[in-house]
Amino acid sequence: MRRALAALAVVVPAAFLGIFFLYPVGSILVRGLGAEGLRRLVELPGRSSFRGVAWFTLWQAVASTVLTVAVALPGAHLLARRRFRGRSLLRAAATVPFVLPTVVVGGAFLALFERLGLNDGPLRLTRTAGAILAAHVFFNVAVVLRTVGTFWEGLDPRVAEQARVLGASPAQAFRWVTWPRLWPAVAAASAIVFLFCFTSFGVVLVLGGPTRATLETEIWRHAVFRGDLASATALALVQLAAVVAMVMVTNRLQRRRAVAQRVVRRVPPPRASGRLLAANLALLGVVLGLPIAVLVERSLTRGRSGGGWGGFTLDHYGALADRLSLLPVSALGALRNSLVFAVLAAGLAVVVGGLASVVVVHGRRTAARAFDLGMMLPLGASAVTVGFGMLIALSEPPLDFRSSRWLVPVAHALIGVPFVMRVVVPTLRGIDVRLREAAATLGAAPARVRREIDMPIAARALAVGAGFSFAVSLGEFGATSFLPRHPDRLTAPLVLFRLLSQPGDALRGQAMALAVVLMLVTALSVLAIEGWGRRGTVRGDL
Amino acid sequence: MTGRSGGARPGESPSAGLEIEALSMAFDGESVLSGVDLMVARGEVVVLLGPSGCGKSTLLRAVAGLEQPLAGRVLWDGEDLTDVPTHQRGFGLVFQDHALFGHRDVAGNVAFGLRVAGLATEARAHRVARSLTLVGLEGFEGRRVDTLSGGEAQRVALARSLAAAPRLLMLDEPLGSLDRSLRERLTAELGVLLRRLGLAALHVTHDRDEAFALADRIAVLGAGRIDRIGTPDEVWNDPGTVHAARCLGHENLVGLDDAGACALGRLGSGPGIVLLRSDSLSVGTPGEGVSAVVVATSRRSGRMVAHVRVGRLEVRVPVDESIHGVSVGDPVDLVMGHDAVVPLSS
Repeated sequence: MRRALAALAVVVPAAFLGIFFLYPVGSILVRGLGAEGLRRLVELPGRSSFRGVAWFTLWQAVASTVLTVAVALPGAHLLARRRFRGRSLLRAAATVPFVLPTVVVGGAFLALFERLGLNDGPLRLTRTAGAILAAHVFFNVAVVLRTVGTFWEGLDPRVAEQARVLGASPAQAFRWVTWPRLWPAVAAASAIVFLFCFTSFGVVLVLGGPTRATLETEIWRHAVFRGDLASATALALVQLAAVVAMVMVTNRLQRRRAVAQRVVRRVPPPRASGRLLAANLALLGVVLGLPIAVLVERSLTRGRSGGGWGGFTLDHYGALADRLSLLPVSALGALRNSLVFAVLAAGLAVVVGGLASVVVVHGRRTAARAFDLGMMLPLGASAVTVGFGMLIALSEPPLDFRSSRWLVPVAHALIGVPFVMRVVVPTLRGIDVRLREAAATLGAAPARVRREIDMPIAARALAVGAGFSFAVSLGEFGATSFLPRHPDRLTAPLVLFRLLSQPGDALRGQAMALAVVLMLVTALSVLAIEGWGRRGTVRGDL
Repeated sequence: MTGRSGGARPGESPSAGLEIEALSMAFDGESVLSGVDLMVARGEVVVLLGPSGCGKSTLLRAVAGLEQPLAGRVLWDGEDLTDVPTHQRGFGLVFQDHALFGHRDVAGNVAFGLRVAGLATEARAHRVARSLTLVGLEGFEGRRVDTLSGGEAQRVALARSLAAAPRLLMLDEPLGSLDRSLRERLTAELGVLLRRLGLAALHVTHDRDEAFALADRIAVLGAGRIDRIGTPDEVWNDPGTVHAARCLGHENLVGLDDAGACALGRLGSGPGIVLLRSDSLSVGTPGEGVSAVVVATSRRSGRMVAHVRVGRLEVRVPVDESIHGVSVGDPVDLVMGHDAVVPLSS
């Protein structure tokens, strides 16, 4: 009985990953490295359009990363080294952008540029690289803020104080003492941000327009728009190779980061000066708060016909229930699809991720290592790779899932599983051995120990993981945009994307209203889950 | 303001040095220090003694400029440093857990202050070698700091502070994380070193043996203020307050009733607590003093201590075993010297 359970814990996640991720990615490799595929691949570097796309993908990712770090470092210092009212609120609020659906963020920036008059003229940002960079900073500030901020907080402040006592000015102490200890964390965070920006899809598609394309959007354009699977496969191979290389670098950097020592702080950190606080809040407010504020405002106002302000209205929200002329569903219907898919995806992710976590923590070493790495792959590979792989691998016999309503939830669950595991594995590992030992010395049999000690703690972690995969599924755009064949099963992000690409004030207003609803549902579910989970003994972070 | 040399300039009183004036500190409205006055002359070692959480470390941080005081001033040779930033004060501070720069080797740590001061590479190497010699770590320049033992790390931290030639050296429980025997050895070494260098030093500890071993003067800190300050003999003989007496290691604190009496007789003029100095107590043969009975014996630093009971009172008395030993149950007489009773204020 126990052996059967153990076997099940290995087989279910392995089969899930194998059929829905490894087989599709394998199909990309087989197609791409076959005779016809190789010919395309060899041709690629000679095509100037490809060189332009590759170059843009690279430099926008570098620029986005540098900008993100520059914007987030002062805030990380503030969170790590100063005390002020609302510190944890700022921390939570700064995290919200990271979990927002990419298409929502794209919509928010479109609204922002429109409101600031940057749609045209010399300062035009709409459909420029600048728009993409701004949105990438918006997204990834939280990554740097959280990883670097937490690391910084763990560095013994007395070491920098010692430098000050020895005669170093604040700037010298930072350069010679704090920075050498901090940079591994900054490098690791930068690597992750770079990976996110390199594989960014929704933001580039919405804000870049037809002229600004990255490898990801090119794969989509060739595969979905033109039906040119051969070209898409060649591009996907390049993308896959680049991502694998980057993940390896990131892992190396992550390992360095683990050197930090934790300290118990005896003296509370100094209070933040009013000026420092104001400057930081202003910066984060403009970068993070303004786009969201304008998005909400735009969803509540009529467009400016002829330049005037149209006044407040709830019409856009009312129109969400209307059947759209260009789509077979109403926005509300798409939202309902999304919710259903998200619940299914979260359920799948919890089952698969929960079983895989047990194997990682309690299983044999080889299985544990394989699962620890393998289950993370769908997150490391881009969503587009997941979607495109499924598109080419699962639409023909022996595995024809084209008409299955499970295809979208399965794709979302693939991306959700790593989130579940990132919460559950550290929590299971973190259960104090002494708790189990104490229970055992009190006479509890192993099964009883598992039921009384492990299960309640794990259940909470699973719920948190489910919440994250729910939120991820709600906003998922990259993989989904390759999948649905049934127009009436469109998800909310897909409908939002179509609305955003249409001209006209009414549609734009409706798009903004849908974006606000999607943003609220996502942000609330993440904040609620996080607030609830953190109160328990749940560990781990995204 | 960069004077980092220790010597007095002509025309100044030779004793001038650190002066702390009515210093008060608070964290989140909770008072940590209230109105502390303290002076440390050049060449003088002052030890701040107190239990953990009494504000000793906070006082050092305020002197170093790492914390802003709520009120009061910090002066050196009469010059107000309260608003001078840390790096321009010319004070050294050694933390309890060394706070070594993990990304630099021993030489890089010790040379840090010199590098910041802009000293040339050659002069730096020379000063580093000299500082390491001072603390007994010749040739440790190239060692990585994470390969050092606790004692070595603390010596490196000390050498690092000394190399920068501070005019005041502050030590925040520098030996607190070491085991007892190593701590005692290093305390002795530190005492010799501080005397030799003639630096003004402000040393913080909760260990009274360390305080007695190092101090020219001991300041007993309790509840954010200085209870008692004086030479080790002065504070030992007359601790002044109950708190100070406990911090210094006195054990025989006796409560008196309204008439100033206890089982030993009338020891004061009214209610309160008095100290019986154990070095003025002895056990004698019946007839010499107050009759008592031995209820327990113990040893302190190898010397026998008898716990004797008089009425409901228990007193600890050193026993000179070369005259006569005692065992539990023995009837003895408790003999008090003429200066055995010291009144204390609460």
